[in-house]
Amino acid sequence: MEMSTHGLWTLIHGMGFGALYLLACSGALIELYRITTGSSAPLATPAQERFLKIYLLAMVVLAWAAVLTGAYVVYPWYRAAPPPATANLALYPQRLLMSNPATSGWHSLGMEWKEHVAWLAPISITMAASVFLRYGRDLRNHRQLRSAVLCFTLVSFLAAGIAGLFGALINKQAPVQGGGTISLSVGDEK
Amino acid sequence: MTQSASEASPQAPSLPNGPGAAAVLSAGIGTFALAVLAVAGDKSAAIKQALNFYHPTGPLSGVTTLAILLWIAAWAILDWRWRKKNVAIARITTAALVLLVLSLLLTFPPIADLF
Repeated sequence: MEMSTHGLWTLIHGMGFGALYLLACSGALIELYRITTGSSAPLATPAQERFLKIYLLAMVVLAWAAVLTGAYVVYPWYRAAPPPATANLALYPQRLLMSNPATSGWHSLGMEWKEHVAWLAPISITMAASVFLRYGRDLRNHRQLRSAVLCFTLVSFLAAGIAGLFGALINKQAPVQGGGTISLSVGDEK
Repeated sequence: MTQSASEASPQAPSLPNGPGAAAVLSAGIGTFALAVLAVAGDKSAAIKQALNFYHPTGPLSGVTTLAILLWIAAWAILDWRWRKKNVAIARITTAALVLLVLSLLLTFPPIADLF
């Protein structure tokens, strides 16, 4: 069982940082709503408030790690130009997708959208985390600020979802491969 | 955009809304700048070339670097101006959300291709 180093980095980017971020989004939305909304709801304890602050900071780290590894580690492999007269485009995913009208949309729509919309996630969640770090439970007394934070967090979730979905589908059509080979285990001979 | 009256809320806010408004509006500005730069880079070969800060990543490197710099600069300036103030939060959050929605729309290639 082997894996290429490029494949491993794609896994770290998508399944590590990206998927963890997506999983964390729903929890952040629920906790932000619960702690900051409704005057009749009981106030969050200092421990609950501290937990949400750490949780949001972890999301900020995950979001930036996902877009930075995507743009500066994996994307250069995806868009690498093949040498002239290269027949096998398996190591050049963008060119492989563009070489066939049946798959070119995965790049011209999917990747073109993904590579830009993904950046809305870290900007939005960094803002949401910074506002909650500064205001904490007092955010429940700033109705419009609270609504804006929830909307930005929701859009962050949506942007990360679009990026994650297209990332997975594009990598299924034209996987990022190459680099060294990592041997995970040696199978039995049949 | 300052106001003297506090917003309607269950309790009196203990912190001014200015710093929060600065963070929200600057995030809207940052996301919108990213979308506009992405469209500009797609439409003009000269801009596309100018945005190619790091060749392996291509114009995406310039689009994101400039958008992040604009976002941080806007945040720093607005926070400095509004740190101790209560501002017209309804107008500011509306503007920020409009910018955010426009950013989402402009990053969608079929809509970006209309320009």
